[in-house]
Amino acid sequence: MAEREQKKRTTSESDKSTAESSELTATRNEELSSELDELLDEIDEVLETNAEEFVKNYVQKGGE
Amino acid sequence: MALRRIYGTETEYGIIHHGVKDSNPISASSFLINAYLSKTSDPGVGPNSPRVGWDFIDESPDIDIRGFAPIGSLPPEIEPNLVNAVLVNGSRYYVDHAHPELSTPECLDPLSLLKWDRAGDEILINSMSAANEALPEGEEIIIYKNNSDGKGNSYGCHENYLISRETPFGRIVQHATTHFITRQIFTGAGKVGSEAVGEKRMEVPFQLTQRADFFEEEVGLETTLKRPIINTRDEPHADPLKYRRLHVIVGDANLCEVATFLKLGTTGILMAMIEDDFLDNRLKIAEPVYALREVSRDISLEAPIRLEDGKTATALSLQWEIFERSDKYINEFGFENVGGEIALKVMDYWEKVLSALSSNTDQLFGVLDWVTKKKIIDSYADRHNLGVDDYKLSALDLQYHDLRPEMSLFSRISAEKLVSSQEVAVAIENPPAETRAYFRGKCLQKWPENVIIANWDSIVFDIGDQNLHRVPMMEPLRGSAQHVGDLIDNCETVIELIESISERSNN
Repeated sequence: MAEREQKKRTTSESDKSTAESSELTATRNEELSSELDELLDEIDEVLETNAEEFVKNYVQKGGE
Repeated sequence: MALRRIYGTETEYGIIHHGVKDSNPISASSFLINAYLSKTSDPGVGPNSPRVGWDFIDESPDIDIRGFAPIGSLPPEIEPNLVNAVLVNGSRYYVDHAHPELSTPECLDPLSLLKWDRAGDEILINSMSAANEALPEGEEIIIYKNNSDGKGNSYGCHENYLISRETPFGRIVQHATTHFITRQIFTGAGKVGSEAVGEKRMEVPFQLTQRADFFEEEVGLETTLKRPIINTRDEPHADPLKYRRLHVIVGDANLCEVATFLKLGTTGILMAMIEDDFLDNRLKIAEPVYALREVSRDISLEAPIRLEDGKTATALSLQWEIFERSDKYINEFGFENVGGEIALKVMDYWEKVLSALSSNTDQLFGVLDWVTKKKIIDSYADRHNLGVDDYKLSALDLQYHDLRPEMSLFSRISAEKLVSSQEVAVAIENPPAETRAYFRGKCLQKWPENVIIANWDSIVFDIGDQNLHRVPMMEPLRGSAQHVGDLIDNCETVIELIESISERSNN
């Protein structure tokens, strides 16, 4: 594995790699936003009905 | 030359018992674990087999140069009150303070540990179902894999790394501190609000980690008060002249597999560089406790941290520096030194994650916990026009970590996977093959009636004669499948096993 090449991360290089992956990122962002929409649509079904009471009653003892 | 590293984690889970007045987390945790032990059909812990408890006897610090040999009888001591079991996969499952806690078996690389860490989560999920079947109507036990209740109470997810005793501790402190402060940018599980003393909760709407609020010291022995970034507990559970165990208490419990993998993998590579004295002093952080909190609170990832030489750097740029040093180290010393192909995987993910943190953090949805949680919370707040102090956002934070499959927000997203569900299923039933956990787990599978008690570095057998037989395992790399697989397979009875081990050690 010694051939693993040294990479210097200058601003220009990271810009270049950002540009190269922008298409991939666009696809990923679309997937992400549709997945998030789906999650947000159904989240109220699982979210505890009384959020304030739920949060206040979540009390733990310190551990470790 | 860096050590073949042993990795392990210990996770304390949050627990809620609904439907009872004055619920008691200690009895709820005991009920949970007992329900699992009764329900499971594992031969070592099944309802018709004796349960195998944890042995609290400390081994004498003398070196056992045999590494793996029986000595005479010692009376086992059992903690009488709290449940404390050894599982067939080599884990320890017990009640610690007021939480159920699961310690993974010893693993030889971070990917293997990820499998047994995930198996631990599944064991907790199975325990919840078993407990809720056994509870009266209207009661429910719920388990959370997080590290804080949002009210100033914290519980840990500790990491363990076996390191060489020869390595000067000061060197470990210096380099590990910088890594622990800066790795928060990918290890953080995310948290709504602040729990730091003297700060109002909503002064910090969202921070990267669950744990940073609870650290007050740089170095120390405490874990429950005045928590230190570097914990100095010196309990190697192995030959103390050869080994030290770095007990890391500063990390978060992760649900994203990539976050767990990187937390362990990058720290393992760092330990190798420390052992080989490969790092210089350039990356020393000036005020570690302050920096730990600042990094956790900096969701822009742009805040400068002050270094001891007077310069400043961001956590992200310091992580790039550590990554570059690791790359160079691996080029010079070879991958074999830090776990072979798996180290290559660590490097690839490390680079990928740092690149995404440098450009488009959204790409890390389902890859890092804090990014995923923040995205869910922000999107929900946007959609419903909620203020940062709305209780619904704190509820989402908690429910991200709920381990009930139907209620967990994390389980509703398609997170990036590094291990398959089949691999996790195997890890629930079996120990890792590469360490002494193999001997522990296999003996429990094959001779559950004869294992009286066990702990990390020994097992006590009752073979029906007058003595109890303690088999010490002071060398974590021995007792592996390669070392004792044939022995265990070829012995039909536990008497044969003990006799064979005696013969081996006498020769």
